[in-house]
Amino acid sequence: MRTPDVRQIAEERTKLIHTFGALAELGHEVSHKQSFQDTVRTSVHLLLGSLAIMRGGVARFSPYAHELNMIAARGLGEEFPLSLSLCAEDERQFQACGLYPIEAEQARVLPFFQIYDASLERSKVVLAVPLVLRDELLGAVFLGEKASGEPYTSYDKEIICAMSRHIGVAIAQRNMLAELERRANENRKLYDDLRTTYTDTVKAFAAAIDRKDKYTEGHSVRVGKYSELIAAELGWSEDEIEGAAVSGYLHDIGKITIERKLINAPYRINAKESVELSKHPGVGYDILRPIHHPYEGVPLAAKYHHERLDGRGYPDGLYDREIPYIAKIVNLADSFDAMTTDRPYRRRRPAKDVFEDLQRNTGKQFAPEVVDALFRGILNELQGGSKEKPYRKLLGREYMESEGLSGTLRNALNGSAGIAPLAIAAFD
Amino acid sequence: MTESETIGFVRAEGERTVVFAGDYLNKLSGESIERECRERIALGCREIVVNFSNTEIVNSIGISILLGVIDSASGSGAKVVFSELNPHTIELFEMLGITKHVDIRD
Repeated sequence: MRTPDVRQIAEERTKLIHTFGALAELGHEVSHKQSFQDTVRTSVHLLLGSLAIMRGGVARFSPYAHELNMIAARGLGEEFPLSLSLCAEDERQFQACGLYPIEAEQARVLPFFQIYDASLERSKVVLAVPLVLRDELLGAVFLGEKASGEPYTSYDKEIICAMSRHIGVAIAQRNMLAELERRANENRKLYDDLRTTYTDTVKAFAAAIDRKDKYTEGHSVRVGKYSELIAAELGWSEDEIEGAAVSGYLHDIGKITIERKLINAPYRINAKESVELSKHPGVGYDILRPIHHPYEGVPLAAKYHHERLDGRGYPDGLYDREIPYIAKIVNLADSFDAMTTDRPYRRRRPAKDVFEDLQRNTGKQFAPEVVDALFRGILNELQGGSKEKPYRKLLGREYMESEGLSGTLRNALNGSAGIAPLAIAAFD
Repeated sequence: MTESETIGFVRAEGERTVVFAGDYLNKLSGESIERECRERIALGCREIVVNFSNTEIVNSIGISILLGVIDSASGSGAKVVFSELNPHTIELFEMLGITKHVDIRD
C-alpha cells in the first residue's frame, strides 16, 4: 500500500507529464502549422485539455476597432458575443496584466467586466487572460471552470500563462503576415500606378513625336503595336512584350530635335538632309539613357533601330549579332509601317509587294526569326486564329484581304518563295 | 481489425450509444466523435458509453474532446459512462476531476 506522500508524488508526476505534453504539442503546433485557424482551434483543445477546463475560447484584438474578436471557442454557447469592445481603461488594464489571468469575479470594476457581466456569467467564464507580447495587446483567452470544480491554483495559472504565450505568438505571427501582405498589396498597387503613369507618359511622348510629322501620324504608336505583336509571337514574357511595345513607341524620340520642315519634307531628302535626319537614333539614345525604364533595351532600340544585319545600317554599321535583339524587332516594325502607310512622296505599297520585299531582305536587313514572327502572326490572323484581329485594325480590312496574301505568307514561311536580288526596303 | 479497434467507431443501441475511443484520440477523429455524440443526444440518446479498451494514452486534445461530450450530455440530461479504462487513464481522469462527471465501468 502506498503512503500519501508517494501517492501525491505520483499524481504530481502524472500531472506534470500531462501538462508538459500539452505545452510541447502547443509549441509544435504554433511553429509548424500553416493554417492559423487550425492552430488556434488546436490551441484551445490543448489549453482546455491540459487542466481539464470545461469551456473556453480565444479572441484576437483589433487595434483599429478596439474589439476582441472570437476566433475559436468550445462550450461557451451560441449566445457568447463574437466581438467584445474594449475601452481605453480596459486596454490599459489588460496590457498591465500581461499574460497573467484575471479572475472575472474580482475584476468587476473594469468596464469590460461590467458590460459583459451577463455573457461571461451565462457562459461560466471565470478567467480572462490578456494576450500581451512585447507590450502589445494581441487578444485574450476566456476560460470556464475546471472539471474538478476546484479554484485555479497558482500552478494552474502558471501553466495557463505559458500556454497563452504560445497562442499569443501564433496571433503575433498572423498579424505580422497580414501586415506584410497589406504592405505587399500596397506596394503592388503603387507599382501598378507607377507603371500606368510610365506607360501613359510613353504614349504621350509617342503622340508628341508623331504630331511633328503630319504624314506619319500614328507611326510611333503603330511601331509600338507591331513590336508588341512580334515579341508576343516570339514567345517573350509579358514584361518583355511590354518592353518591346515601349521601345516601339519611343524609337523615334530623337526626331523631336530635328527640324519639322525636314521631317515633313514632301520629297525625297538630299544627302545633307539625310545626314541631319540620321542623327535622330543617337539623339534618342541620349534622351532615353538617363531614364530608369522598367524594361531593358528601350534606349538601345532607339539607337540601333536603323542598323542592318549586313552592316550597312546606321549609326554604327553594326552586324547581325552586334545588334540588340529588341532593335531588330523595332527595325522590322518601323520598316513595315513605313511600307504599309502613305508617305508625302508615295502611296503605300501593295501587301504582296511588301511581304515579298521583306522576304528578299531577310538576312540582309532583317533578322529571319523576327520576319518569321511577323509573317506567322499575320497568317494566323488571316486563318482565323486571332479573335481581336490586331493586324486588321492596324492595316485595314482591305489591305489584309489583298489577293494571294495568305499564299505569299505561307510560301515565305515554308521557304519556298523565289529569292530576288537585294532590294532595299524603305526606311522611315 | 475488430470494430472496437476502429477509432471513433460509434454503435447505437436504443437509447444508448457506444463510442470506441480507439488507440489515439486526435483532433480530427475526436471532433467527429464529439459531433456524432451530439447528434445522438439530440436524437434522444440517454447514455453515451465511451469504450477505452484499446486506448493506451489520452492526451490533452483527447481530454478536451471528452469534456465536450460530457458538456453536451449534461446539457441534455444524458449520462456519460467510461468503460474499460487502464489504471493510468483512470489516474489521469481522477486527477483532472473528470471522474466527477462520468460513471466508470469495467
